[in-house]
Amino acid sequence: MTQTARTYQDVSDFDSWKSTDFLPGGIVTDAGNSMLYITGGWRSDRPVWDEEACTHCMLCWVHCPDSSILVKDQKMTGIDFDHCKGCGICVLECRFKALEMIPEPDSLSSEGGN
Amino acid sequence: MADVTVLAATGNQMVAEAFRQAAVDVLAAYPITPQTTIVENYAKYVADGRVHTEFVAVESEHSAMSASVGASAAGARVATATASQGLALMWEELYIAAGMRLPIVMANANRALSAPINIHGDHSDIMGCRDSGWIILFAETAQEAYDNSLISFRVAEHPEVQLPVMTTLDGFITTHAMERCELMDDATVLDYVGQRVPENPLFNGPGPVGHGMFASLGGSYFELKKAQRAAIDNSAPFIQEAGDAWAEVSGRPFEFVDAWKCDDADYILVVLGSAAGNSRVVAEQLRAEGIKAGVARIRLYRPFPAKEVVAALKGAKAVGILDRSDAFGAEYGPVGLDVRSALYGEGLLIPTRNYIYGLGGADVTLDAIHQAYAELQELAAGKLDQSLSYLGTR
Amino acid sequence: MANIKQLSETKERLVGGHRLCGGCGASVAVRQIMLGAGADTEVVVCAATGCLEVSTTALPYSSWDISYIHNAFENAAATLSGVEAAYNALKATGKIAADKEIKFIAFGGDGGTYDIGLQSLSGALERGHDMVYVCYDNGAYMNTGIQRSSATPLHSWATTSEVGKAIPGKPQRRKDLASIVAAHHIPYAAQASIGNWKDLVDKAEKAFNTPGAAFLNVLAPCPRGWRYEAEQTIEISKLAFRTKFWPIFEVQNGVWTMKEVREKDLLPVEEFLKAQGRFKHLFAPGNEHLIKEIQDEVDEYYDYIKRMCG
Repeated sequence: MTQTARTYQDVSDFDSWKSTDFLPGGIVTDAGNSMLYITGGWRSDRPVWDEEACTHCMLCWVHCPDSSILVKDQKMTGIDFDHCKGCGICVLECRFKALEMIPEPDSLSSEGGN
Repeated sequence: MADVTVLAATGNQMVAEAFRQAAVDVLAAYPITPQTTIVENYAKYVADGRVHTEFVAVESEHSAMSASVGASAAGARVATATASQGLALMWEELYIAAGMRLPIVMANANRALSAPINIHGDHSDIMGCRDSGWIILFAETAQEAYDNSLISFRVAEHPEVQLPVMTTLDGFITTHAMERCELMDDATVLDYVGQRVPENPLFNGPGPVGHGMFASLGGSYFELKKAQRAAIDNSAPFIQEAGDAWAEVSGRPFEFVDAWKCDDADYILVVLGSAAGNSRVVAEQLRAEGIKAGVARIRLYRPFPAKEVVAALKGAKAVGILDRSDAFGAEYGPVGLDVRSALYGEGLLIPTRNYIYGLGGADVTLDAIHQAYAELQELAAGKLDQSLSYLGTR
Repeated sequence: MANIKQLSETKERLVGGHRLCGGCGASVAVRQIMLGAGADTEVVVCAATGCLEVSTTALPYSSWDISYIHNAFENAAATLSGVEAAYNALKATGKIAADKEIKFIAFGGDGGTYDIGLQSLSGALERGHDMVYVCYDNGAYMNTGIQRSSATPLHSWATTSEVGKAIPGKPQRRKDLASIVAAHHIPYAAQASIGNWKDLVDKAEKAFNTPGAAFLNVLAPCPRGWRYEAEQTIEISKLAFRTKFWPIFEVQNGVWTMKEVREKDLLPVEEFLKAQGRFKHLFAPGNEHLIKEIQDEVDEYYDYIKRMCG
């Protein structure tokens, strides 16, 4: 996706919200705030991007179910490992062998996944 | 300066006028007897260019309420109307409209529910959704159907309320009978109902929003239902305020309970809607004979005005509760259960009887009302028990 | 239509952090279709109850970076009708500026569209609301656990069309929803697939830009329900097209046009079936006639669409 810097309201205390803490009807006003919800931990395998081999054809981007191919100025810039579920579609659809699937390392702390 | 037109009109005509004068943005409706003339009249306003309303001629009542939910979430002022099977078909959507806190105003032409199929007036339809989270008003007359409908917009859209409101009138008796009515001028009505100012509409608001979110996980469903309970419980003062403001304009008072000669009454009948008139006629006849009879007519049914009901009944020796629908399998009909519970809550063990009357539009005769009052005297004297009975059946 | 690089600058209307399964075809469908809305056009979305709905809107999160409404299962079309009507009414009173443009789109699964929501959809189409309705068709009630719908293919396994000694999967063929919709004579109706993204984006663009009601029936495979590995979602979609299982066509102002399968790409339906566990039983010895029945049905429907295209 085209990444724009954006901050979201902190909802980490959601489990302690009382009835009076909700907007009437449970309306959400911070549209798109599921970016705060990390689904990267679902992965058992992860795609690894070879920037050299990449032609920025965008086929991975247009087929990603999790909006997790990062794009800026019409070029791929990386993978959003906070939200990539490791389905492997991007790897299969890449025609230039610029993406490869590897088993998920035990520790993901350096990449921001949980 | 308010300008009043006196006219002969049916209840449905007056409801349609109220919706027109309230400058409804979206009216999605499906015709059903005995509500049909509300929709027909409104369609004519649209055809004549008298309103800006988007009239959505949906293919079912379920879609009528579904479209109303969408339109209301989008920030529009929304009204609709239905009856009987149509209301039953909407059942799912009634709960959704209330849970999403959408200020939809709906007129219901109270009618029997199948089976057997019957097109005439009773309260079986409306009582089936008494717990749906809607504020519910009952009109006795065509005039009151008009008044209640206008009050409904002001209540529903009040920022502290944000709940749907049903403005109901009895099928045929009130929907179709012609009465002397007073129609307020358009400008005065529009000034009274004001503009809807939605807080977080789908568009034209502060930003993109999500309505109808998924609350299955993490207990938020429970908390949101608690908030909804608080909203309807706390709505009463805003309903009274809206009613009083209309009374100031129209000169017609608004009370949750119309306690007719209840102050000194020994025997009181509790009634909703159009049967109140016959009840008062009989009570008057009894008073001429020295029997202190009274009639407590409930105009606001949800939230249930327990305090006002108890205030009307507290001095009685016996109370008869008239129910124009049955709560099959329960000890009493719906109103009977509510009234008895209210009395018990105040520690008043006044003996009561519950009368199921007028189902499927059956006549509510003066004789039948006389019988009820006579039984209340026996009840007070300990000669009858507190059971439920069908009043006026063969 | 813009090229893919230009499209990549489109505002992402469905963002990450939703809880659809890995490899879900529904979110691919949403993303590709939204590319047809224009880079920055304001869009209001309505979702019917289903996988897409529950997975994108669990409080306190919304994966929709646009305004969203959910009402119930069977009434996305009616709900969005009301939203669109409100837009028109508020425009009429000047509460919305005359030059402001908002697009309206509804997403329902095959359960919410072919089955329980068909009446609501039909009503909305007949009334001609200016909106796009998308059915993301994964051929069963996936949200509740793979129960059969009227979109489930002939002889497919589903949890309410079980495979047993007496019955070899779903006895009925699929409902032809696209033709039913086309029979409403709305300005634009199409059938498409996430395996042909360019065609889908193109059709979505037409749907968004068509005044009045527009409809897209989009094949959106489900790894869990179809029993295949998540990475295969797009490949299976392509197979669906190449085996004629899922004809791609459009009906624009009454004119039918189809994207024919090229002779060199054509494959027997077996190739589509054998890639999926839900058809596994068809490959047991003695069940060859069932595959033949499917092939016949697929050919018949493909030829029917071809005839409609003249």
